[in-house]
Amino acid sequence: MTTTETTELPAPAPDRATRGPGRAGPGLPASVPGIASGLVWGAGQLINRQAGKAAFFFAFFAALIGWEIATGNYYAGMQFTPRLNGGFFVRGLWGLSTLGTQPREMTLTGLTEGDNSIVLMANGLISLLTLALLAVVWIWSIRDAARYRADLNTGRRPETSRGYFSRLWEGAFAYIVLSPGLILIVFMSVLPVLFGILVAFTDYNRDNLPPKNLVHWVGFENFATIFAVPSWTATFTGILGWTLVWAVLATVTTYAAGLLLAVVLASRRVRFPRVWRSVFLLPWAVPAIVSALVFRSMFNGQFGPVSQWLVDMGITDERVYWFTDPSHPSLARAVALLVNLWLGFPFFMALVGGVLANIPDSYYEAARIDGAGPLQQFRHITVPIVQRTVAPLIVLSFVSNFNNFGVIYFLTEGGPDNVEYRFAGSTDLLVTWLFKLTLDNRLYNIGAVMSLVIFVIVGAISVVNLNRTKAIREL
Amino acid sequence: MAAISVRTGPRRRRSVEGRQRVRDGLTDTLIHLLLLVVAVIVIFPLLWVVGSSFGPSGGLANASPVPENATFDNYVHLFTQTNYGRWYLNSLYVAVINMVGSVGLSALCGWVFARIRFRGRKASMLGILILQMFPSFLTAIAVYMLFLNFGLLDSLTGLALVSIAAALPYNTWLMKGYTDNLPASLDEAAALDGAGRLTIFRKIVLPLMRPMLTFVAITSFTVPWMDFILPRLLLQSSGKQTVALGLFQMITDQYSNDFTTFAAGAVVLAVPITILYIALQRHLVTGAMAGAEKG
Repeated sequence: MTTTETTELPAPAPDRATRGPGRAGPGLPASVPGIASGLVWGAGQLINRQAGKAAFFFAFFAALIGWEIATGNYYAGMQFTPRLNGGFFVRGLWGLSTLGTQPREMTLTGLTEGDNSIVLMANGLISLLTLALLAVVWIWSIRDAARYRADLNTGRRPETSRGYFSRLWEGAFAYIVLSPGLILIVFMSVLPVLFGILVAFTDYNRDNLPPKNLVHWVGFENFATIFAVPSWTATFTGILGWTLVWAVLATVTTYAAGLLLAVVLASRRVRFPRVWRSVFLLPWAVPAIVSALVFRSMFNGQFGPVSQWLVDMGITDERVYWFTDPSHPSLARAVALLVNLWLGFPFFMALVGGVLANIPDSYYEAARIDGAGPLQQFRHITVPIVQRTVAPLIVLSFVSNFNNFGVIYFLTEGGPDNVEYRFAGSTDLLVTWLFKLTLDNRLYNIGAVMSLVIFVIVGAISVVNLNRTKAIREL
Repeated sequence: MAAISVRTGPRRRRSVEGRQRVRDGLTDTLIHLLLLVVAVIVIFPLLWVVGSSFGPSGGLANASPVPENATFDNYVHLFTQTNYGRWYLNSLYVAVINMVGSVGLSALCGWVFARIRFRGRKASMLGILILQMFPSFLTAIAVYMLFLNFGLLDSLTGLALVSIAAALPYNTWLMKGYTDNLPASLDEAAALDGAGRLTIFRKIVLPLMRPMLTFVAITSFTVPWMDFILPRLLLQSSGKQTVALGLFQMITDQYSNDFTTFAAGAVVLAVPITILYIALQRHLVTGAMAGAEKG
């Protein structure tokens, strides 16, 4: 009912509309109002005799100009420089392109106020984002003016301003509801991501800290540093290699152990399966940071109980320094993998357990009648069904192991030290190295390059994974 | 013939059954042995830290899973001599804001994406998908640089907002996927009865979304207790730390002489979360499955 009403209602209006534009000259080509709106937003709508729409678009135009003038330093007869006179937008764009020109200096009157390059860059980014949003409105006003005129010229009855806005309002519901989340994401995710990408192309590091110094654009210099300076390249390839080995082994071991235990627990021979299951779920339920720190203490070389027992039992002659002995990096890596196995198997056990409960018994009965033994049943029925369901989670687990900050940082802090590496130890993953570069060494620009590299690797894996799932097709 | 078979049959069957039973018994023993070994490996570190937290001495070297003179001294020390109580309240504050914000925003956004067709829907969903691939700590590092230069560091509310934003794309996907599978006929019936869109959401869709709401609520409530990178980057003064930061500092700063206090802190942090996880395990596993299927 309501829909028919809204389409019927404006019926008398086009009469007025056709009479209205008649005065503006019926033969005007569609491009004229379009160009007019391109120069002064809403002017084209005014030529089309649509005052409401004209005011709407002009309001955006006025806000843009007004905001610039109000925040800037505009007065008659001035000598204009963007640094001193520019408003939010002009100064923002100036700051983004130059990153500041006046360093802080010591003068007779004290420290002068220099440009803070990072603040300028962030402000510039915000003004650029705002301008991009306004550009959408601008293009919208041009297209609207031209299309309306074209409709008039072909003799169709165009929509009135009021009809147009009521339709717009109906459609705006989704945007209004989404806007809080959108604003949060734009300022807390999109802006930082863009900012992070930009930092990769600057010399923002401990030698160049604003507000004391200015930061400069350096192009691809940081990428060249990582991929061409031997010590950096060696660190990068070494850490990347270990990260990949770690991610593969960590995923395979946790999955295999989880699968094995789930199958064993599903067997009818096990007494009190629920009790066992609850016990085995403990490593998953206990916060990983607690478990990792506990293991760190257990494997403490000097005071930890594991080393002590090995000595007491006579297995080793002296204490083993698990995570701090530079001559045994593989030992630290192996222990880290074992601890990760402890932490990670319950999750897969729970998952596979859920899948197993849903496999119909008839499959196994049919196999038994055909003479298949338990191992054959496991290989040809259990594994394929489980794999198909759990496959996306295996990929996700690979990605999260690739970025497994917690286990490595809490357990070893990257150690043991590796003299051939720059700011990294033998068990460091790309993530923990990135963390150390940024927070401990304040090499923000190199860290930003690493972020991009990690994003490309993780993104490639995720895209491949996504293509296989329903998510993309359902867009 | 029949008599012979009757005579020999049961005996042979009995011997076969006997061998079978012995073999079954052996497998059963082996299986239970395996389970027992795994259980010991799983329980021992946990028992060790719980035991240490009741142990009398402060040193790591003397920590034992079964202390001889059990005391509560470490717990008293934890709450009187360290800032642990403060950290706990800080974590609780962040966790509650994160939970409320995440559940509310992701439910709204997920529902809009699932049920309303609007311009830019596909583009924004693709954008969310890409953002979700961007590991959240990469954003965290950029946020740190921004906050550092704008003087916004050291705010718990800021930390909570960043946490909400970091998880929002993923949570929105979860909610959207779940709402897609809810029958639309109920909504349509309510719309015919004249219910507004927000009323339909509140009265009809929201109650049906409860399993997914529970999942997002649990994960977003527990994450701030365990998260390390974001708080480490965004919080600085000792009065503004969260439990995870405090525990990490305890174990790195005063390593060998105050281990038992750390153990007590670890137990106080771990016990509520562990109980929550075990009690709600089914929700959590189903939620993780749904997340994987939706990418």
